[in-house]
Amino acid sequence: MSEVIHADHHDDHHHGPEKGLLRWLYTTNHKDIGTLYLWFSFAMFLVGGVLALVIRAELFQPGLQFIQPEFFNQMTTNHGLIMVFGAIMPAFVGLANWLIPMQVGAPDMALPRMNNLSFWILPFAFGMMISTLFMEGGGPNFGWTFYAPLSTTYAPDSVTYFIFAVHLMGASSIMGSINIIATILNMRAPGMTLMKMPLFVWTWLITAYLLIAVMPVLAGAVTMMLFDIHFDTSFFNAAGGGDPVMFQHIFWFFGHPEVYIMILPAFGIVSHIIPTFARKPLFGYSSMVYAVASIAFLSFIVWAHHMFTVGMPLAGQLFFMYSTMLIAVPTGVKVFNWIATMWRGSMTFETPMLFAIAFVVLFTMGGFSGLMLAITPVDYQYHDTYFVVAHFHYVLVPGALFSIIAAVYFWLPKWTGKMYDEALGKLHFWLSFIGVNVTFFPQHFSGLAGMPRRIPDYALQFADFNMVSSIGAFIFGFSQLVFLYILINTIRSGKPAEGRSWDGAKGLEWTLPSPAPYHSFTYPPEVTDAEMQGQ
Amino acid sequence: MTDREAQQSNINKTVGKLCLMVLGMVCFVIALVPLYDLFCEITGLNGKTGGPYTFDEAKAEPDKSRLIRVNFLTNTNEGMVWKFWPEKGGVRVNPGAANSVSFYVKNTTDQVMVGQAIPSVVPGAAAEFFHKTECFCFEHQVLQPGEEMEMPMRFIVGHELPKNIRSISLSYALFDVTDSVELAQLSSGSIAPAAGG
Repeated sequence: MSEVIHADHHDDHHHGPEKGLLRWLYTTNHKDIGTLYLWFSFAMFLVGGVLALVIRAELFQPGLQFIQPEFFNQMTTNHGLIMVFGAIMPAFVGLANWLIPMQVGAPDMALPRMNNLSFWILPFAFGMMISTLFMEGGGPNFGWTFYAPLSTTYAPDSVTYFIFAVHLMGASSIMGSINIIATILNMRAPGMTLMKMPLFVWTWLITAYLLIAVMPVLAGAVTMMLFDIHFDTSFFNAAGGGDPVMFQHIFWFFGHPEVYIMILPAFGIVSHIIPTFARKPLFGYSSMVYAVASIAFLSFIVWAHHMFTVGMPLAGQLFFMYSTMLIAVPTGVKVFNWIATMWRGSMTFETPMLFAIAFVVLFTMGGFSGLMLAITPVDYQYHDTYFVVAHFHYVLVPGALFSIIAAVYFWLPKWTGKMYDEALGKLHFWLSFIGVNVTFFPQHFSGLAGMPRRIPDYALQFADFNMVSSIGAFIFGFSQLVFLYILINTIRSGKPAEGRSWDGAKGLEWTLPSPAPYHSFTYPPEVTDAEMQGQ
Repeated sequence: MTDREAQQSNINKTVGKLCLMVLGMVCFVIALVPLYDLFCEITGLNGKTGGPYTFDEAKAEPDKSRLIRVNFLTNTNEGMVWKFWPEKGGVRVNPGAANSVSFYVKNTTDQVMVGQAIPSVVPGAAAEFFHKTECFCFEHQVLQPGEEMEMPMRFIVGHELPKNIRSISLSYALFDVTDSVELAQLSSGSIAPAAGG
């Protein structure tokens, strides 16, 4: 064990975790709950990944080989739902739980018991949702966007399970967000002003507000579905005077901010990793904060760019086109700042840095295809094709997911007190990097050539692109088992890590010993400018 | 420790405010449906037309300088087996003039059925200038087994129709609402729920 560089303030009621499995059930410790969230999201990531590989196996060749179209629809739907709500979002909440109290110098989250509840809701929510796959009539098969009336009038009977699962996920997210905001606003160490906060904390503060604003909208949408299905209302049923297009407006009013919920914390993570390995302070801290706030604001006024083809007045099309394009400005500021941070830095390329640089490059590519999709007249061609699939996978996989993997490698020494195997980490990176591009890059081409998404079969001219894409998917999928091996190997037999595990690392969490003690910052630490990102 | 207590009370205040925010968003969602309808009414966003329009035909002043092509489309929703079509595919009308067209409908089953037609106008911007003085879509159609009917629809295209719109398509989707009408009658108490009904 590497012992304690900065002796922590031990006091008389210091005690370690309880023994046994019940520790995890009853725990109110932010580190335990962070660990639970992270392992849960990793499990969901593997489940969602298996569904993705079923999809890619079926699409390896034209024609139907392995599964029937009805089952294929369930695979696309559940892959999307599990990855969005089960893998990416809980992983970010797990990182928030682990890192925010340590980064702001607080002993724990503001509401530890609610923290426990908001995690333990999730296994039940996903248990309910995944159980529908084994029911008669099958699980959700209407796409992760669950457009009504496909998800009401024409839905399988199990849709009610799905609705309640979404309610539970929403409740969990709202509780988690309230907890995070209450922690950040009230429990910062003395001297840490808002504009000195680490960027991961800043991005999560804004993300939590987005969650509080849009999760009730999602809950409202599924509640209206519930009423349409069981209580004979007609919110989305034209026969009764309702309007199916209203569903799309409500869904995307939730859905677009949701997209940024999945990327803003990633911006925060990358803003920690790049300065560390470039050994320079982050370039343009305050512009980073304002850029995140601007993106969050814009996310509320661009939703209808997902539905240009349902018909809207010219003024509406122009408004949503221009407001969408406006998002490129703050996003460009961020990308510029990351590159400026690396400029003339003493860079080294450890695994977290590799994932962070891949994030900047590939997320930017996803951003550019997003700009193409924003152009209303051409969106009519791209809409619901594989071009859209390529776009959002480029921002979600090498975007959100790579940032989470980067964060795990970056803070793993702090969490476990042990260093991962750098050679295996690099192997994992290169397999993932090659796999992700081989999978998703050809989908741009098949999409532009007109291949529709969510279809189990395709015309022969798309065969080559799909075969390449499927090979890439299997490389990417199986390389995540390398990640799992690295994690287990590190926890069991990694080399001891120092308190400040990376020599360029700044932030209060690095002033703690590694592994971080079960109770940290019982008394607020001293906040020095040298440890802070902001000025 | 007073510091801790002060912090706890600050946390409680923050949580209170955030709960209010959640509540506010819940109210916003509830308000979204009427707001959406209002927004559509103002902008004609979803091509929905208004209710019965009152209009004095004697005072009609047709705008002879413009001819607008009005196309009629009909379709039956999934599960609706009635025959349903317009007497003609389209007419040319002057804005401000009253027009009439009839739609044919036939119940091809051996059961009493209730139908409801839902109109939609394309382009959406024309919806607010497309006035119907009389329309079968304002009420349910109850048809006996094998019964057929000519249903009248009288309409007028408003003078204010934007100059760039030269053609309007009016589409009717016919829905089978037999079940929900019976349900409404049952729940209104006019018919006692029959056993096994």
